[in-house]
Amino acid sequence: MWEYTDKVKDHFLNPHNVGEIENPDGEAEVGSLACGDALKLTFSLDENKRIKEAKFKTFGCASAIATSSALTDIIKGMTLEEALKVTNQDIAEYLGGLPQEKMHCSVMGKQALEKAVENYRGAPSIEPGTKIICECFGVTDKEIERVVRENKLSTVEEVTNYTKAGGGCGNCHDAIQQIIDSVKSESKSSQQPQLTNLQKIRLIEETIEREIRPSLKHDGGDIDLIDVIGNRVIVATRGACATCKASDITLKHFVEHRLKELVSPDITVEEAAK
Amino acid sequence: MKTVYLDNNATTQVAEEVLDAMLPYFRDLYGNPSSMHTFGGQVGQKIRAAREQVAQLIGASPDEIIFTSCGTESDNAAIHSALVTRPDKKHIITSRVEHPAIRALAAHLAGQGYRVTELPVDKNGVLDLENLEKSMTPDTAVVSLMWGNNETGVIFPVEEAAAMAHERGILFHTDAVQSTGKIPINLKKNAIDMLSISGHKLNAPKGIGVLYVRKGTKFSPFLIGGHQERERRGGTENTPSIVGLGKACELAAQNMEKENTYVKNLRDKLEKELLSRIPQSRVNGDTGNRLPNTTNISFEFVEGEAILLLMNEQGICASSGSACTSGSLQPSHVLRAMGVPFTMAHGSIRFSLSIYNTAAEIDFVIDKMPAIIERLRGMSPFWNSGQQACKTQ
Repeated sequence: MWEYTDKVKDHFLNPHNVGEIENPDGEAEVGSLACGDALKLTFSLDENKRIKEAKFKTFGCASAIATSSALTDIIKGMTLEEALKVTNQDIAEYLGGLPQEKMHCSVMGKQALEKAVENYRGAPSIEPGTKIICECFGVTDKEIERVVRENKLSTVEEVTNYTKAGGGCGNCHDAIQQIIDSVKSESKSSQQPQLTNLQKIRLIEETIEREIRPSLKHDGGDIDLIDVIGNRVIVATRGACATCKASDITLKHFVEHRLKELVSPDITVEEAAK
Repeated sequence: MKTVYLDNNATTQVAEEVLDAMLPYFRDLYGNPSSMHTFGGQVGQKIRAAREQVAQLIGASPDEIIFTSCGTESDNAAIHSALVTRPDKKHIITSRVEHPAIRALAAHLAGQGYRVTELPVDKNGVLDLENLEKSMTPDTAVVSLMWGNNETGVIFPVEEAAAMAHERGILFHTDAVQSTGKIPINLKKNAIDMLSISGHKLNAPKGIGVLYVRKGTKFSPFLIGGHQERERRGGTENTPSIVGLGKACELAAQNMEKENTYVKNLRDKLEKELLSRIPQSRVNGDTGNRLPNTTNISFEFVEGEAILLLMNEQGICASSGSACTSGSLQPSHVLRAMGVPFTMAHGSIRFSLSIYNTAAEIDFVIDKMPAIIERLRGMSPFWNSGQQACKTQ
């Protein structure tokens, strides 16, 4: 059974703004029966060009209905510019969170909103320069790029949870990975957070504890953090790792790789003198 | 709120009589049946009695019964043994609608160098034995086909299939987890080599299963350890559950007729009324050849998880083959194998009854379901244009 928040349950059992506005200012349909969820969004504007009314019709699971209901609540009273700034995360947060596997429902809400605004503005519904990456669920490269950026996704599986892309035949997994990699490399170069020394040491400790130690323990080894000098991380290997001929490789390829990825790309790992 | 439990293919309640039979083996008779002293040894006698009760239900002899921890273990042990005792053969035949205990195992073995053939089914979930005939090769070690399908209740002709496999010297295993206790099984009258049973599907507790292995069939244990189960399954016996399963099998034999009259009538009434009261609904699976307790109904243009949660608000328990209930993005592999259209597959609900259900409960469900479906269809963008959507799909 899914762990839904009370707010999700409430919006599912007593959804707000169900229906269709007659002669709407903007409307859009996203999703399909084949996908298992679909949303039709309609809205009307008041004289100040703010969203006066928003209504939805949704085919889908409880979270698809709840996110549609939440979306219509959120955007009422907003200008279109304000509404377009609403992210799928905002929708999920409004509901007190969604299970990972259900995040695609919030993304569907965001897509419907964008398309409905485009419809109002008379803009083309498919952006020029986009291409379909996932044929099974009709997901474009732009959509994947956006969820990866906004939700800081790092695996194909996460992208599938958020967009459904890659959830069918799986032929597009490589293409999705390429998008993840390109977003990752651009975010690395643009914004590398500056850590204080204390923050860095704490982050290294946490990373070792959470990401590295469990894997080593699985193979009967262990690792201790000895010292951090600038970007040099000094560690001692224990258990099976201490006697393992491949432990140098483990340090360079696994430990250092993880720390570079999760703490700072300048980190190097050294083994303490035995 | 009263619970109306129509999810008996997922699990069943432990029968009162079964629980009563088990309790002494927790509190007082906790001895190890392998012990030399009377205190433990007397438990061994009870296990023998339980083995006879199980054997009786399926027309086996007691020494053909191996107690395991669950249906999945039984399935794993059967396939494992078939492959280990026929090391030169690298081909496995199964079907596209098996329970994950077989399906995932076959996929795992496919990654280990075995060749796996999954036989297709038609739109009613029916297996064509001609496909089995064509698929068997001199390299085939084992054919494993389920007896009754957990999602649709469709019954496979496993006795004919076993005979066909035997003609070629191929081992035959069946997952009879759903059919045991619901339809008569007599292993004296067929050529099935191995058969899996799960306790919690027939009013015994969770954590107990059986693997039947026909006398004379070579067997290699899956759990290696002590000499229990005549060295065919290591591990101290789960005595309370074994005693409970014995009792449950005795009850199942007594209730078999009720299952095929009383329960079947309730199921048929539920099905008929829902189909007539709810437009654009249909049954998935061959209605002429089904377990008596199961019906799988699709309600078009609504989604299964949403239906289940609204049913839950009324205290009604059932299951769905929709994608959203499983966490995967595809609807049930059984419905997909049958080619059920997406418009139908996402809105499929499985009702599985038991002898403990009452006519009043069924009436309650018949009364509540139309409003639930109508409410969701009222929210569905496809419902108004339903007819047209049908044509374009």
